[in-house]
Amino acid sequence: MPDIKVTPLGAGQDVGRSCILVSIGGKNIMLDCGMHMGYNDDRRFPDFSYITQNGRLTEFLDCVIISHFHLDHCGALPYMSEMVGYDGPIYMTHPTKAICPILLEDFRKITVDKKGETNFFTSQMIKDCMKKVVPLNLHQTVQVDEELEIKAYYAGHVLGAAMVQIKVGSESVVYTGDYNMTPDRHLGAAWIDKCRPDLLISESTYATTIRDSKRCRERDFLKKVHETVERGGKVLIPVFALGRAQELCILLETFWERMNLKAPIYFSTGLTEKANHYYKLFITWTNQKIRKTFVQRNMFEFKHIKAFDRSYADNPGPMVVFATPGMLHAGQSLLIFKKWAGNEKNMVIMPGYCVQGTVGHKILNGQKKLEMEGRATVIIGTLDVKLQVEYMSFSAHADAKGIMQLIRMAEPRNMLLVHGEAKKMEFLKDKIEQEFSISCYMPANGETTSIVTNPSVPVDISLNLLKREMALGGPLPDAKRPRTMHGTLIMKDNSLRLVSPEQALKELGLSEHQLRFTCRVQLHDPHSDNDTLGRIYTHLKSVLKTYSIQHVPDGTVIVESIVIKVTSSAEEPNLKVILLSWSYQDEELGSFLSTLLKKGLPS
Amino acid sequence: MSAHINHVVVVLQQVSLEEVPAKKLRLTKPSKSAALHIDLCKATSPTDALQYLLSFARRPVEAESVEGVVRILLEHYYKESDNSVRLKIASLLGLLSKTQGFAPDCIVDDAINTLNNEKSHQVLAQLLGTLLIIGTQLPDKIAVVQRLIDVACKHLSSTYFGVRNKCLQLLGCLGTVDKPLSKETDAGPGAQTSHVRDVQSVISDYFQDQDPRVRTAAIKAMLQLHERGMKIQQTIYNQACKLLSDDYEQVRSAAVQMVWVLSQLYPESIVPIPSSNEEIRLVDDSFGKICHMVSDGSWVVRVQAAKLLGSMHQVSPHFLEQTLDKKLMSDLRRKRTAHERAKELYASGEFSSGRRWADDAPKEKVDTSGVNLIDSGACGAFVHGLEDEMYEVRISAVEALCSLAQSSPSFAEKCLDFLVDMFNDEIEEVRLQSIHVLRQISTHITLREDQLDTVLAVLEDSSRDIREALHELLCYTNVSTKDLAVPVCSSLSSIPRCSTPDPGAADYIAVLVLVFNAAKSCPTMPALFSDHTFRHYAYLRDSLSHLVPHLRLPGRKQTASSGLEASGVGSGSLESAQNFLQDSLVRVSALQNLETPGAQDLLEFTIRDLLRLGELQTELAGSADFCATYLHCQLLLTKALQEKLWTMAVPLCLKQNAKVSTAARQILDETYKLEFLYSGLETQQIATIHNIRLQAKALQLILTARSKPGVDRVLGACEKFLQDVESFQRLFMTELPHFQDSFVEKLLELMPRLTTCKPLDLVKILQTTLRQSGFIHLKLPEQIHRASATIIEPTGESDNPLKFTTGLVVALDIDATLEHVQDPQTSVKVQVLYPDGQSHIIHPKPGDFRTPGPGRVRLITQVYLSHSAWTEACQIEVRLLLAYSSSSSKQSASKPAWNESMGGLPTSESCIESTIHLSKPVKVFIMPKPARR
Repeated sequence: MPDIKVTPLGAGQDVGRSCILVSIGGKNIMLDCGMHMGYNDDRRFPDFSYITQNGRLTEFLDCVIISHFHLDHCGALPYMSEMVGYDGPIYMTHPTKAICPILLEDFRKITVDKKGETNFFTSQMIKDCMKKVVPLNLHQTVQVDEELEIKAYYAGHVLGAAMVQIKVGSESVVYTGDYNMTPDRHLGAAWIDKCRPDLLISESTYATTIRDSKRCRERDFLKKVHETVERGGKVLIPVFALGRAQELCILLETFWERMNLKAPIYFSTGLTEKANHYYKLFITWTNQKIRKTFVQRNMFEFKHIKAFDRSYADNPGPMVVFATPGMLHAGQSLLIFKKWAGNEKNMVIMPGYCVQGTVGHKILNGQKKLEMEGRATVIIGTLDVKLQVEYMSFSAHADAKGIMQLIRMAEPRNMLLVHGEAKKMEFLKDKIEQEFSISCYMPANGETTSIVTNPSVPVDISLNLLKREMALGGPLPDAKRPRTMHGTLIMKDNSLRLVSPEQALKELGLSEHQLRFTCRVQLHDPHSDNDTLGRIYTHLKSVLKTYSIQHVPDGTVIVESIVIKVTSSAEEPNLKVILLSWSYQDEELGSFLSTLLKKGLPS
Repeated sequence: MSAHINHVVVVLQQVSLEEVPAKKLRLTKPSKSAALHIDLCKATSPTDALQYLLSFARRPVEAESVEGVVRILLEHYYKESDNSVRLKIASLLGLLSKTQGFAPDCIVDDAINTLNNEKSHQVLAQLLGTLLIIGTQLPDKIAVVQRLIDVACKHLSSTYFGVRNKCLQLLGCLGTVDKPLSKETDAGPGAQTSHVRDVQSVISDYFQDQDPRVRTAAIKAMLQLHERGMKIQQTIYNQACKLLSDDYEQVRSAAVQMVWVLSQLYPESIVPIPSSNEEIRLVDDSFGKICHMVSDGSWVVRVQAAKLLGSMHQVSPHFLEQTLDKKLMSDLRRKRTAHERAKELYASGEFSSGRRWADDAPKEKVDTSGVNLIDSGACGAFVHGLEDEMYEVRISAVEALCSLAQSSPSFAEKCLDFLVDMFNDEIEEVRLQSIHVLRQISTHITLREDQLDTVLAVLEDSSRDIREALHELLCYTNVSTKDLAVPVCSSLSSIPRCSTPDPGAADYIAVLVLVFNAAKSCPTMPALFSDHTFRHYAYLRDSLSHLVPHLRLPGRKQTASSGLEASGVGSGSLESAQNFLQDSLVRVSALQNLETPGAQDLLEFTIRDLLRLGELQTELAGSADFCATYLHCQLLLTKALQEKLWTMAVPLCLKQNAKVSTAARQILDETYKLEFLYSGLETQQIATIHNIRLQAKALQLILTARSKPGVDRVLGACEKFLQDVESFQRLFMTELPHFQDSFVEKLLELMPRLTTCKPLDLVKILQTTLRQSGFIHLKLPEQIHRASATIIEPTGESDNPLKFTTGLVVALDIDATLEHVQDPQTSVKVQVLYPDGQSHIIHPKPGDFRTPGPGRVRLITQVYLSHSAWTEACQIEVRLLLAYSSSSSKQSASKPAWNESMGGLPTSESCIESTIHLSKPVKVFIMPKPARR
């Protein structure tokens, strides 16, 4: 049986370094090529030696597809293509192609320039790698080669995020990447048509969460910010440069506009300006409101949000600051946090997930005293956390209900979960199997799952045969019901054809043979042979109303191709022997008749 | 087969018979059909022929010549070999048979015949479309309809989707209504026709067609049957439900409608739940299914589903409440008895909400054997709908919530949170809509403190519409808890400091209104009021008495007691005032002859009394004013008739003439006001008004005849007058019994004479009739409201002229409230009057009218002013006008019942556009400066 093989190199029962290998119809595809935030050693990249021990990957992979620009989905790309070696096509959407090199360069700078690592990819490598990228449009079917085609669907999550359908022949796989089923302030909801793939590979970050209405969270967020600003406090919102940051900016911007507030909002990073530029450009990828109003005003041209300068942190009066990074583990956000932590009027709002060990994680767990280490000099002091700490999940991943909704939209035959924690996946897996009665898999990294498919085999059917069959068939509304038909399958020169038996005989130069079954049925009947036959005739006539039944004068009854004769020996005139003979084609009817006659005739 | 042949023969005969009239027609109307015939014969190529047909189609054809044209077209149809030309001919046939006044019976046979030999599928589909048009023109010809249905059934098995579509459409539009009704009792009547099965089952067969377009057409046909009043069988329900998961959006969209229709037809019947042995009400089941469609992939379907949900009032409350909770699964569907248990199960949090940090670790599994259907059932439908990507879906979800909440107070309470959240939507329309909705359900809800915060925050919204909608909302809202007083009071003290005076003041007043209403139920509140609040209370109690309740204010004995007094008098006085009104009318009606001395004095006093009463008693202002105006008309008329001029010789009375003609014009004006300014009038009053208007017109006519002896002029005026009388008769036929001894009655009696006599005789007759006719007493209808308008802005007090450069325009903001104006979008105009007598009438856009509350309309618009240079600033006048047309278009629009008696009256006849002043003029100081250089 043909099958689809899936092997996660990363993101199998884990979040981070998404990299999934799929073999479908003899094609090998790599889905995403990300890095892991939690590691600084070799484990941060997927283990490409799984594919081949030595040499380049080009000959083993038909294509690489990147779903969106987050580093855990594209961070290992230059490493794979330039350092390991891959020259094939890399597919990603236009916004991803535009923004991804910025993030990669940023990542490289931090690793090489700040941490001083060597043996890392260089700027030139990023550029070379991006040269191999083939951009995709939404809903555009791209033919990778003659057999393999891919198509992108809108996924929400971040600007340019896409779900990809991979199709070889009639087998297909859909990879969701990260997606969001509820729209937010700048992006729409993920959407896919009813493509009924053999396998749907879905992320499952929020496998055990069903989120409340998004509006409650927005209201709470705005209320908290507003209150703090009203009483003269400062609000710190640690974010990562791209994605949530833009959403929250729009949220605050419109709120400020609406309420005519004057307190300044700052955004602290150089990277964002470049990225905002792309947000302004890729309007078609945003949500309805932004798409419809950008002619009057592009929502990403913020009026109230200005660039942050380090000195502003000490300004008196209320302000709102977006600062990177999002988990308060380093950089500007931590710096500002330290300055503002002592005042109970201030507030920090954590809009997303925080990894264990970061300051963000600590304060979210209610720690009131933090031990701080200064950079370079080892000054250890404690910091009292007096400001208010709020958590508000603005994560743009689908929740359990969203995942279910996507499954319902696409109607896959099998399901495979990646990009989530094993325990939570387990839970969702049960739910999916219960709900949709389809099998669901959740392989760990390096573990291969193979899914048996049942691809349909295309066969050419001769028009004459089809027309003949149509003529026989009933009215059209039955067209959807399966119907059996007789024909001869000719497999020749790598092609399959279904033709009528006569034509097949003619083509192959064979003469026709007939296969007939005969059967004797013994029956006690006191009448003469002819009368018995007559009675059989009337009996059959009453049973088989829709068939043509003939009573031929030479002492036979003919039902379609079935011949029935009655004989009796001289010794026992009452014991009639009924001879039945039918052709192979009428096997069904013949066996029915024989059993019918065995039961005897009605008196 | 033999029948078929017969048929052809019959048709051939018909064709040969009809050759003759066709030719005759061609003779009588050579221009149309003959030209077409010649053109078509000339056409050398299909393209030419198409061109001719296209240009032919642009011109209208008279009803008489339609048949001839059809014959020619058919003739060419049979000759034509090109598909596209035949297609065009077929569509022309359809268009032609729609011609008014043409009965398409005669072409039915020919049209059906064309079907038999047609090979092209497209043309076939078009021909069926033509038949459909013909069929809809002849709904009561049973035989024709039956034939068409047979034709449709025959072609249903076509392989081309278009043909099947048209057939289904035809069945839907023409399928006989009576059959399935009888079918339920016995299957007999169905047998007499060629197809044994009834239309419904034939159509429902195509629910499974392979082509989505045909499936859609089948459902639409079924819906069409329903619209035509045919009872759809319940068996369709299961099939329709299956189609909800169709691959194509148009099918799903139609199926949602179908399911909804069935849920309205059979709400209480019981359907089984698949894969269990439980049963459920059909309306609940379909509610669940439609809720499901709110998360459909196509937004068109989502909008539709959300809209339909709003009209399912019969659904059980616990299903309704599920729609607001995403987590509460549809477990209820299976275990209704255990539904409390299930609720706890989910409340205990199998899934986390994502609201708190680190609560999404999977908890210990609570008995999951009680299968939870995450994605089916009503669960969370509105949560999804309200946070949908498309604002169209959100708006319809809000509307649906509103309509459901109006019928279920408990649901209203629950959905409050969600509606309040919608106040933060990114699209203004959605915000506005949700505020309106909250107002509509305000009787069922009480705002909690946190909700009030959100609501009050909207007071600072920058959009004027939203703020105003919110004021309206606050007027109606119950704020229950006593604690609310504090936040409201605090926001109260902060708001007056708003820098911009105008919106700030409006907001402030809104809050005050809210506070006073709250204080009514919370006696401790007034203690918190600051001094200015008391002062403003006194003012608001006066100016906005319908919004501000009476309060018992401590330390304010004076106002409190006087307020009490006023309100005590008020409630009692309404009745006495009503009595007074009735008494005065009775008194006046006792007058038989207005010429008796003292009668006029009585009238004058009564008018004065009524006017005063109207000022005192706002509830009766409409009625009192109406009566006073009417009596005033009578008075004027009587006075005019008593003038000496009637006894004087014609040349001597020019001066008198002027006086009487002014009176006549004044009466006319007043009658128009009576007719169009007051709402709530019944036919009888309108007829009375028309009567007095006729009298005034007669007066004018007499004066014209006296003063200007030219016969031509008088002749025209007489004709006009007679027309008026006739139209009166036509309009008020049913009211005539009430007009004993009136001017009109006498006129109508004399009508045969009047139409034949000479103008001067007519004038004489009129003169005597006028003097003899009695006074018609007015019967007051239940409720009369006088339309009124007040211009709030500009205030007219500004001394700073509005300066602008000559030749350019300046926009003047106008803000006005209209009360009891019917159909303001079309009738209210703005008039600008310049000092030089120039007057401009401006039509505000329909979008400028907003309806904040029932009976009240707010007009916020801009008018553009421009003028040539002035030497100094000068005042212009701005006022609102009510436009009317004296042909009774107003009544026909507002009184559908009355419309019946009018029959097919052509309304545009003698449509004199004229206007009545609706508001007091407001003066605006402007200064057009000459352009520099």
